[in-house]
Amino acid sequence: MSTAESIPMRSFRVLTGVVLITWLVLPLIPLAIWSFARGWFYPDLLPKTWTLRAWEYAMSDTAGVLDSLWLTIGISLAATVLSILVGVPAGRALGMYKFRGKEIVELMILAPTIVPGIAVVLGIHSVFISMGLNNTVWGVILVHLIPTLPYMVLVMSGIFANYDPAFEAQARSLGASPLKTFWYVTLPAIRPGIIVGGLFAFLVSWSQYILTLLIGGGRVETLPLLLFNFATAGRNDITGAIGMIYILPGIIILLLTAKHLSGRSGAVGGFGQI
Amino acid sequence: MEVGHLSDRTKIFLLLLPAMFIIVVLFFGGLMIGLMRSFNYMPVIGLTEPDLSAYISVFTDREFYLSFLLTFHIAFTSTVISSILAIGAALLLRRSFVGRSIVNFLFQLNLTVPHLVGAIGMLYLFSQSGSFARLAHEFGMIARPSDFPALVFDPYAIGIILQYVWKEIPFIGVIVLANMQSIGEDYESVARSLGASKWQTFRYVLLPLIFPGVLSASVMVFAFTFGAYEIPAILGANFPAALPVLAYRKYTDVDLAARPEAMAMAIVIALLSAVMIYFYVRYSRRRIRG
Repeated sequence: MSTAESIPMRSFRVLTGVVLITWLVLPLIPLAIWSFARGWFYPDLLPKTWTLRAWEYAMSDTAGVLDSLWLTIGISLAATVLSILVGVPAGRALGMYKFRGKEIVELMILAPTIVPGIAVVLGIHSVFISMGLNNTVWGVILVHLIPTLPYMVLVMSGIFANYDPAFEAQARSLGASPLKTFWYVTLPAIRPGIIVGGLFAFLVSWSQYILTLLIGGGRVETLPLLLFNFATAGRNDITGAIGMIYILPGIIILLLTAKHLSGRSGAVGGFGQI
Repeated sequence: MEVGHLSDRTKIFLLLLPAMFIIVVLFFGGLMIGLMRSFNYMPVIGLTEPDLSAYISVFTDREFYLSFLLTFHIAFTSTVISSILAIGAALLLRRSFVGRSIVNFLFQLNLTVPHLVGAIGMLYLFSQSGSFARLAHEFGMIARPSDFPALVFDPYAIGIILQYVWKEIPFIGVIVLANMQSIGEDYESVARSLGASKWQTFRYVLLPLIFPGVLSASVMVFAFTFGAYEIPAILGANFPAALPVLAYRKYTDVDLAARPEAMAMAIVIALLSAVMIYFYVRYSRRRIRG
């Protein structure tokens, strides 16, 4: 009886698995095809002419796609580095100490991960105007800290919760300076957290759209802004090529960190923002 | 520099200071300025008498209600469908079957693909000259693009919901799966050995155990889908537009008088996400500590 039941059950599993796999890759397929297509009109199922023109355009010095790519990498790197510098100490405080008001501090750090960017960025924009920060790269980097920093703090507080400060005390008692203790004792212990948290903070910044659009005022044209513009202008071939370039860092980071991506790690929460 | 001599309280204060400074100034500062401007109150530029005019014009505008209802529909429907399918997917991934590692990889791949890319993909799949319309033509089901049902730029926001479902199944799925793996299968075995059916075991044993995890992930998804701009901007109808799109339009309107109305809409979105934070904290206190 149990074997008779398990064969349809197993084929049901395989079938739903196939449906799920198809659904998960489906939206990326037309984007990939478009990047190699020329005049792929209705009702052709596949392009009549295949070409590398969109890729040549994207890779040319004049199109601005590469400039936009470097700019986006620079902004995301800067937001990541700042998040690490500021987030690691805060993570240490939350992970290793109990103190009065801790719940409120945690709540304040958690809030930006749930409140959508549009709700805060309009207010920030009107202040940045008076500070001369709107339409600047620095303004964009600063505003990217709103989604990236909380996330870094949450990851690091998880790391520090399982961290034993006794090693630091031993190093200090053996005469190591605070700086040396940090460099040779603390840093190696928390490095995996910094790497994983940093890579995901990078991705969170990498995927920001509305914050960049408003604070950058259209002058700071990161890759998602360029992608949006080509998509709404109906240039599907170039949209396809930029889209493929745009998802590349995520795939690379995925290959580097696959084992950290189980939902058990606090890191996964950040994907709600991408 | 002698950190060791500082009291714990000073140490905690100094460790938290930079992060709290950024969050208080940028995040809460942005919220406060938005709130003040929504009341037409901005002493720095000479507006010293707060009033409710922005809220009055927002709350008497039919477009705002249509937009709010549409946005709520998008967020609610996407969250419910994604959560149910994610639980199903997690149940599937719990057992080994041919292709499990592929699904696992694609789950993680989709987590890293920005929503914007998914939205453009959905546009190319479901528009009236998109891949599915072409397939329908190939099988003789439609004669011309306009025969294909409107699934993008449509009043029911089907394209937007499809995009969110695509993106959020893996997000909720990995969280639920990890939840299931840490719970283990002992409770279910006991229920089964006591005579519970498969459905009863799921409904009365597993579901209550994974529910807090599902709920906290759903709350994040609801808040995100309620406040996201670029997805409805790509896939949504012009009228009514989703609330974030409407707020952005008001804010960038040539008529600067519309800005306080945009701020009022931003405050509505912030209030709704405050409700979401309440639920999140209630059901997921332990997740915060990592």
